[in-house]
Amino acid sequence: MSLPVEDTAPEPVFEQPWHAQVFALTVALNEAGRFGWEDWARRFSETLKRNGAGRDLNGGDDYFRAWLQTLEMILAEDGAAAPVEVAALREAWEAAYLATPHGQPVHLPEA
Amino acid sequence: MPHDDDDHPHALLPPDPALRVKALETILVRKGLVDPAALDEIIDTYENRIGPRNGARVVARAWADPEFKAALLADATPLIADLGFYGRQGEHVVVVENTPAQHNMVVCTLCSCYPWPLLGIPPGWYKSDAYRARAVREPRKVLAEFGVTLPPETSVRVWDSTAEVRYLVLPMRPGGTEGMGEDDLAALVTRDSMIGTGLPGVPS
Repeated sequence: MSLPVEDTAPEPVFEQPWHAQVFALTVALNEAGRFGWEDWARRFSETLKRNGAGRDLNGGDDYFRAWLQTLEMILAEDGAAAPVEVAALREAWEAAYLATPHGQPVHLPEA
Repeated sequence: MPHDDDDHPHALLPPDPALRVKALETILVRKGLVDPAALDEIIDTYENRIGPRNGARVVARAWADPEFKAALLADATPLIADLGFYGRQGEHVVVVENTPAQHNMVVCTLCSCYPWPLLGIPPGWYKSDAYRARAVREPRKVLAEFGVTLPPETSVRVWDSTAEVRYLVLPMRPGGTEGMGEDDLAALVTRDSMIGTGLPGVPS
């Protein structure tokens, strides 16, 4: 294991665009009063603990995967985004990507 | 992700979690639970406007102004808010001072609590299981991997952040900086020196 450490070369704040998007969704929902930050931290740490039980999490992609799982769970429980709804829209986005010519912006068909 | 491959007839399919995030975002925006402009603003803030330079300003002022330093160590939260570095999640910031007798180091063993307004988004290693587990268990060894070797008489204290309390390390002011202004001092303050896994730079 290594803990690399030059802070002369700045790392990107978010390695992947979706890391930034799921982070922003969570902060926006917190600011809108949907859940408190302490509750969020508690739920998120539970997910990290579960996911890290069998292996070491690297703090990168697996960190934000745990973040996303936590947000999905909270939104499923409070009814804001039911799993079946999320699955359907995920399929719709996938279909939209596959149907959009390379280089064009991807949009969902109007609902 | 650069992608100029003519063999792909359609847009590059993002990875599964990215599609799930898009699905959540679509649902929440359609229901009016989040505003897309607010999402853009949050991303812009964290990518471009907050980061370790904020913390460095606080450290430099504490080095330059003994009254500010005393107030900062007594109760950092209002002073930091006065500088415009407010905590979105309402957290309290506690500043812990390095001295020849004690070196401070910050971790979040539970998840990755971190003083966002002062340091931005934590680096990957801060969020890794390895750091979160080992910082408490063998701090000197972890520090050595970061290239920090402390004199034997300096003790190491590890502070475990929570959702409510986030810690910022106030490193010792480097020698040879007498008479330097706050801007020059701030340039010596590294992100890692404010987490406690590094030391500030020295004037060239």
